[in-house]
This record gives sequence, C-alpha cells and structure tokens, in this order.
Amino acid sequence: MKTEIKLIKNGKRLDGRKNDELRPIKIEAGVLHRAEGSCYLEWGGNKVLAAVYGPREAVPRHTQNPLRAIVNARYNMAAFSVDDRKRPGPDRRSREISKVISEALENIIITEKFPRASIDVSIEILDAEAGTRCAGLTAAAEALVDAGIPLKDIPVACAAGKIEGEIVLDLGKEEDNFGDADLPIAIAPRTGEILLLQMDGHLTQKEFDKALDLAIKGCKTIAELQKKAILEKYQKNMEG
Amino acid sequence: MSITAEIKKDYIIKLAKSGKRVDNRKFDEFRKIKIETDIIKKAEGSAKVTIGNTQVIAGIKMDLGEPYPDEPDSGVMTTAAELIPMASPDFESGPPDQESIELARVVDRGIRESKIIDVDKLCIIPSEKVWMVFIDIHILDYDGNLFDTASLASLAALMTAKVPIERLKPILENLQEKHPSIEKYLKEHPKDFPLPLSEPPISCTSAKFNGIVIMDPSLDEEQIAEARLTIATDTKGDIRAMQKGLNGSFTVDEINKVIKSSFDNGKKIREILYKSVGK
Repeated sequence: MKTEIKLIKNGKRLDGRKNDELRPIKIEAGVLHRAEGSCYLEWGGNKVLAAVYGPREAVPRHTQNPLRAIVNARYNMAAFSVDDRKRPGPDRRSREISKVISEALENIIITEKFPRASIDVSIEILDAEAGTRCAGLTAAAEALVDAGIPLKDIPVACAAGKIEGEIVLDLGKEEDNFGDADLPIAIAPRTGEILLLQMDGHLTQKEFDKALDLAIKGCKTIAELQKKAILEKYQKNMEG
Repeated sequence: MSITAEIKKDYIIKLAKSGKRVDNRKFDEFRKIKIETDIIKKAEGSAKVTIGNTQVIAGIKMDLGEPYPDEPDSGVMTTAAELIPMASPDFESGPPDQESIELARVVDRGIRESKIIDVDKLCIIPSEKVWMVFIDIHILDYDGNLFDTASLASLAALMTAKVPIERLKPILENLQEKHPSIEKYLKEHPKDFPLPLSEPPISCTSAKFNGIVIMDPSLDEEQIAEARLTIATDTKGDIRAMQKGLNGSFTVDEINKVIKSSFDNGKKIREILYKSVGK
C-alpha cells in the first residue's frame, strides 16, 4: 500500500519549513542528579534524555582493554515513545544504533587516558518523531561534556534527505516515511571529520554531495546550541 | 550495601537520634513533589513525577486486544517498569530483574485491586475485542522511594490518558465487516475520550532503621533501612493496599502510626495530583 502525499507544497515543506531549515531544537545540560553527566534534548517532536557514567572499571573483566577505555552507548526507546507500543528491551534496530553511536563517540573520547575502564552512555528516547539517532547522539555528546570526560571535540549529528526530488535538511515524520532518501551523519565540527554515516534510499552522486554539504551545515548550527547549553548550565550554577 | 552507604550510616543514625534527617526534614515529611503531565506526545497519557531527586516517567499506551477468557467483558491492563542504567550506577541493562518486577507488581496491584480503571467500560465486543491499557514506568533518576514516585506517575498518566479512538479508527472500521456491532460502538464513541477512572488511593512508603521510622526514604536512608512499609489510603482513610519489604520487622504500634501518617501525607499528595491534572 503506497500512500501518495505531497511533501512539498508551494515551496514549503509539510511543517512549513524551508528546505535548509532545522526543526526547533532545545538542549539542556545537567538535568539528572545521579548520573555523572546528563542532557535533555528536544528536537521537533523528539524528546531524548542521555546520561553518562564513568570512567569506571569495565565489567565483566574480559571486556577490559589494557590500553584504553571502552565506550558503551545504549540506545533505548521507551515503550510509550511510538504510536504502537514498543516491547521494552533492545531489538535488532536499537542494537545496531547503539553500536554505530558507540563507535562514533569512541573516536572523539580520549580513551587512552583510562585503560581497563568503561564509559557508559545511556540514551533514552522518550518521544520519537524521525531522526532519533541524530538526536540521541547529539544529546549523548552533550552529556559526555557535562560529565567532564576528556574529548577531542564535541560530536554532533544531523540528517539530510531527499523528498519530491529535492534535497532537504532534517527529515520530519512524513518525510522520513514517504521520502526518497535519508542520510544521517555525525561529525567532529572542528575538523569536519565524519564519525557516523548511514544512508538509505536513492541518491545520485551529485545529490549525495549536496545532501552531505547540507547535513554538515546543519551539524554546525546544532554544535553552537550544544556549546550554549553547557555554558548556560554553569551560568545558572554561578547565579544559584 | 555500598561503601558510601556504610560510611553515611553512623551519621544518619546519629542525626536521627536527635530527631533530625540529613535534608532537614521531619520524620513524617515527604520531599518536594512535582508533577508534570502530558509530556509525551506519542503516549495516550503521560506524567513525570519528581520526589526530591528521584525522577520517574510513566506513559500509557492503548491498543485493541482480546480479553481474558474468565473476564470476557473487561479491558486488560499490564504494568511494566524499567530500572534503566541511566537512573543509577548500579542498574544494569538486560531483562527485568527482581527489583523491577516487585516495583511493577506493587504499582500494578495498587491500580488493579483498587479498581481505579473501570475496565468494564473498556469492552468493545464481549469475548472478542477490548481495550488493552499498558502502563510503562521509566525510572530516570534514582534517589530512593521508587514505589511512591512510580505509583504517583502512573496515576497522573492514567488521569490524563485519552482512549485513542481516532488513531485506531481505520482498524476499528476494518473490523466492522466481521463485527457489525462496532458501528454502534463508533457512533457512541466518535472521538477520543478520557479513560474511565475512579478515585485513586495514594501510596506512601516508610522505612525503619535503628528503631526509628521515617516517611519517604531518600536513597541513603533506604540503603540502611531494615524494614520498609508501603500503604495506600483512599479519601475516606481506608487502607487499599500494603506491602512490607526487607528482613526487619515492625511493631503493631509502629504500623498504626505509619497508617495515620500515610493518610495525612496521602491527603496532601492527592491535592497535588488533582491540581496537576486540572481536577
């Protein structure tokens, strides 16, 4: 069953955005008491919470690396975060996302500083509406900063995609469901290095160049919001 | 018991002997309670409850399903709790452990046995199709007293929940061929409607250590507790559910005092709950 809906009308997308416009993003650092670092992030209809524990001794011991810390990110969707209730616990999709996020974060964390340790990142998707892996990674990065983990840069993620033959930034719900391609990436904004890259759908090489360029621009905009949020936390602490 | 809890134990007991608690509360006083409702758009109902530093989100999802054969005219409810690794350095990922299961079952009993949800009004076609109500509890930040925080979050989420007729209309209409009576049901219920509920009992948890009984234990107090008692009371002051935990004991006199104090605190908490759901 293919539903035909017009994703672009009069040059505007379904939610009224321009092609290169992000959904509204709100980032708050240090929202949990128990975790060593935490972040609450709203991105369009997504609501995400990330928390960091560690570096602490890695268990079970056979997972320890004598030269550096291991990074365990766990992406988890709340049962009530989607239209049809999701059964609690990890499925194949969330295991894969956990893996690619862990690898992206591992690149940027100075893991050599903490041999035999683990750095555990917990990402909870509380409300889901397209682009949860990008929102999750962006929140996780902010939580790492909040936890004071030494990083080479603050990673940040964003997606671009193709709808109605046009390249657009940050796919929304219908655009994700009925669009032609989705390209989520994560970068280290200082160097522009790419830490996570996935693509599904169909893009010509030219379209890919355009989409990648647009996604990087989106990442850089969000990177500024990440920095602002961590500064705000310390400003609030100084006032209070 | 963790090392830090062992170190803090003497301090907490010494303070308690002079009638004080670490955070300056009275023995029968709750921490600050905050309830936010309707925070998850995808859920039929949702609430975040903060008691002190403990934070819990409860979300309600509803779906169509089959009733249990012994209760063919009643909707079905289930409760699940996840002690996710986010909430505490001691929580591990994986299938629900003993603690999550006790928590989910105590919350479930409190709602099921006190018949807060009018399950008879959740029947669509007897023996065939009824509403299923899923209560999912997510522990975000753990600083003691999960029982009360999780129960309160579940109640607030239930009280704001809407039966998702509009979302499931296509499925209901598809069933119409097989079950013509659905047409009548859809006529009577054209739109999303609030979950049919009655007055909720409020649960209050006490803990005992060194012969002292305190209300709403924080994590430090919980870790040195010898016994725990959760009591749910209703508006009339009747007792609707109880659960004792841990290997210590209570005297009858202590239990009576805890009941009285649970009723007094329950009254205040009910006011906060009603205010948060706009009742």
